[in-house]
Amino acid sequence: MKYLSLIAAGVVLVLSACSQPKEVNIYSARHYETDQALYTDFTEETGIKVNLIEGGSDGLIERIKSEGVNSPADILVTVDAGRVWRAEEAGILGSIESDILNERIPSSLRHPDGLWYGISKRVRAIVINPANVANPESLTYEDLATEDWKGRVCIRSSNNIYNQSLMASIIESNGVEAAEAWATGIVNNMARAPQGGDRDQIRAVSAGVCDAAIVNHYYLAMMLTGDEENQEIAKSVQLVFPNQSEVGRGAHVNISVAGVLKDAPNRDNAIKFMEYLTNETSQSYLTVDNNEYPVNDDATWNPVLQGFGEFKADEMNVSALGKNNPEAIRIMDRAGWK
Amino acid sequence: MFKALRFLAGTFTSSDSNKYPTTLSKKWAVVSGIIAVLVSIPILSVLSSFFVSSGEIWSHLASTVLGDYITNSLLLIVGVSSGVVLLGVTLAWIITMCSFPGQKYFEWAAVLPFSIPAYLLAYIYTDFFGITGTLQTAIRSTFDLGIGEFVLPEIRSVWGAILIMILAFYPYVYMLARSAFLNQSVSLFEASRIMGYTTTQSFFKIALPLARPGIAAGLALALMETLNDFGTVQYFGVQTFTTGIYRTWFGLGERPAAAQLAGFLLLFIVVLILLERWSRSRIKDQTNATNRFKRIQRFDLTGFKKWGAFLVCAIPVFLGFILPVALLLSMFFNNIDSVNTRFLLYSLNTLSVAAIAGLITVSVALLMAYSSRLNPSKLVKGLNQFGALGYAIPGSVIAVGVLIPFGWLDNTIDSFARSNFQVSTGLLLSGTLFAMIFAYVVRFLSVSYNGINSSLQKISPSVDEASRGMGYSFSQILRKIHIPMLSGGLLSAFLLVFVDVMKELPATIIIRPFNFDTLAVQVYRLASDERLGESAGAALAIVLVGIIPVILLSKTITRSRKTEEH
Repeated sequence: MKYLSLIAAGVVLVLSACSQPKEVNIYSARHYETDQALYTDFTEETGIKVNLIEGGSDGLIERIKSEGVNSPADILVTVDAGRVWRAEEAGILGSIESDILNERIPSSLRHPDGLWYGISKRVRAIVINPANVANPESLTYEDLATEDWKGRVCIRSSNNIYNQSLMASIIESNGVEAAEAWATGIVNNMARAPQGGDRDQIRAVSAGVCDAAIVNHYYLAMMLTGDEENQEIAKSVQLVFPNQSEVGRGAHVNISVAGVLKDAPNRDNAIKFMEYLTNETSQSYLTVDNNEYPVNDDATWNPVLQGFGEFKADEMNVSALGKNNPEAIRIMDRAGWK
Repeated sequence: MFKALRFLAGTFTSSDSNKYPTTLSKKWAVVSGIIAVLVSIPILSVLSSFFVSSGEIWSHLASTVLGDYITNSLLLIVGVSSGVVLLGVTLAWIITMCSFPGQKYFEWAAVLPFSIPAYLLAYIYTDFFGITGTLQTAIRSTFDLGIGEFVLPEIRSVWGAILIMILAFYPYVYMLARSAFLNQSVSLFEASRIMGYTTTQSFFKIALPLARPGIAAGLALALMETLNDFGTVQYFGVQTFTTGIYRTWFGLGERPAAAQLAGFLLLFIVVLILLERWSRSRIKDQTNATNRFKRIQRFDLTGFKKWGAFLVCAIPVFLGFILPVALLLSMFFNNIDSVNTRFLLYSLNTLSVAAIAGLITVSVALLMAYSSRLNPSKLVKGLNQFGALGYAIPGSVIAVGVLIPFGWLDNTIDSFARSNFQVSTGLLLSGTLFAMIFAYVVRFLSVSYNGINSSLQKISPSVDEASRGMGYSFSQILRKIHIPMLSGGLLSAFLLVFVDVMKELPATIIIRPFNFDTLAVQVYRLASDERLGESAGAALAIVLVGIIPVILLSKTITRSRKTEEH
């Protein structure tokens, strides 16, 4: 009994000692060196310590769920709107109000009730072998599923969330039936069974395995700024933003995204951090080093992105990507997309 | 003579349990039961929705992907099993029984591939052997060939995955088979030769059956690793039960269906284990330990046999270790500026959790194995075996299985404290090193349990009898007789867990405390971002740190029979 009261006293002491911590706890599914630098700068600027766990987003969501109301997590950072939708569904996100965030981030890239906010954009674009593709500027996602492209398309597995989200966006724009026809068309046109990551698809285009691959833009950007071998491969191919015509809906855009948790113990610090992430300096830094597009239009693009040029982005609210995710997976299963 | 001994031993095992005072052996059963239940909790929490109706999702799965999951998983099982047994047993046998150039080095070198995680091997080999990889590109440009004119078989396929996993997992079978061969009675083998058996006959009729529990234990580990592998099959685009469980749970959001898939995977493994046990049930092996120190007469190989043996050993070591390490090294030197002092911290973190988890896992496994020896009831055995199944469930699924009960416990204590003492206890266990190490114990228990159990089985129960006769208590027997006799086996078990924890990723990444990074986490961060080159430093560190215990491990196995000193 004596021990018990001692332990209890100890617990109370520890608890009172850390009741007002100047810290913010982040669970992040992004694994970039740039993010580390941003965290350090935030601490220097505000004196708020950043505690970090990086992991897969599905795992982090499960962890927050199981930690329940006592979870130390303040912010969940993840990539892809499909994944943040899973967090939303799990009921772990809380809505915040910040005029700063609303002003900086276009409404298609944030949750209507402030459950989550896009912090950077990635475009699922098409990389082509310029020698074998005529009129690349008029290319659409839909084109790649037509007869003309038989045996000419490379794309990674349907296990990949980027493909699931692209599929979800096609469901949203064209309807379920057309989306299924598209998936079947893509599967018929594959130059090889899906394998590897996005960079591997770019390499395959360069090596002549296929004429076009659907990939996230920053992989090509990273290769363009990488070592000599990668630069050579990247320069032999060309990035195309699809669906750019007058009536086209624009290229499929996805986001890196952050949301404050419902039971966040350091809510104010969390909001401060979100605002910090979206300010002009952070946003420029994200794009300079990570080759993502900023959500804040005041930020500058890095030279590689400038080289890719301006493009029309699909303005569909990204929350549709999550909503359609399970349907997208079923369609890809039925189409035999490995 | 041997049959008579076996018979005697058999009589002892079946009767001696009745001679123990029931209260004492019950105490052990309770201890073992509690541990088994504790380590089973994560598995149960994953399987808890097994009986929940999952509606039409099954008809969707069955009509689309289930066939692929089954075919690919079966191909992997058959391919990897035959590969690891063939390679592991062959290597163990010729390295133990023959002398040929390099034999002494191969004793430990054959274990080296164990220090490279399978997913890493997959990344490295795709980078090298793939259609746009270094090798094929070089060949094409040397001979001026087009992309379609020269194509090696695709590495990123189910066949590639089988090859990678054979290379990564054969050391399990090699180590346990070698340890079994080393501990066999030489006189038995010699007697068989005198009775006119050829070497081949003696091998198949005496050595192999005797080594079977060890080989089976090694194979079981290799198979469980195969079935829980996510990194390799995911990267290769091979759809297996593992990728299916992830996709069904997280992608389709169908947890009951995912639990059912996981359940079938487990059921499958249980059936395999039972089949093996059933087919072995009549061979009750109690190798006599008294001949341990007699020197093994190695066969001197000559001519092409000599170099054949050399090649058989050299090829897996080259493909499983030397080549990938060389490729890593070259990537490392191309990215030398990515190395910094944080490395030291990551290494320290990695080593310390691996050591702690190794110690605890081995102690738990020993307790479980010992109590099932004292109380060989079906219940205890069943509990133990169930607890040791954690290894077969994909890592991040079992990790979630750890999160859920810890979260529940923490929150229950917290709300109890809030309502009774107006104090919030917060999360006591979730997100601590304790939770992380618990997850390792659950995950790697079978690595140590199977090995310890099979070495414990080799100690004849008559030893226990004699000690009981001398008035030793059960814990005294354990401390004074069994642990010293098992020291080699215990150290091996510890080192196996140590290396596995070092390579472990999915549980580490989800359960770890804030700001706690390990080498594997660092490799994952970079490699998952398709920056393999920059991850080479941390990957090399895992491999290099892993080499030390791996070499120690094979020295331990060699020393378990002091052939040379006597």
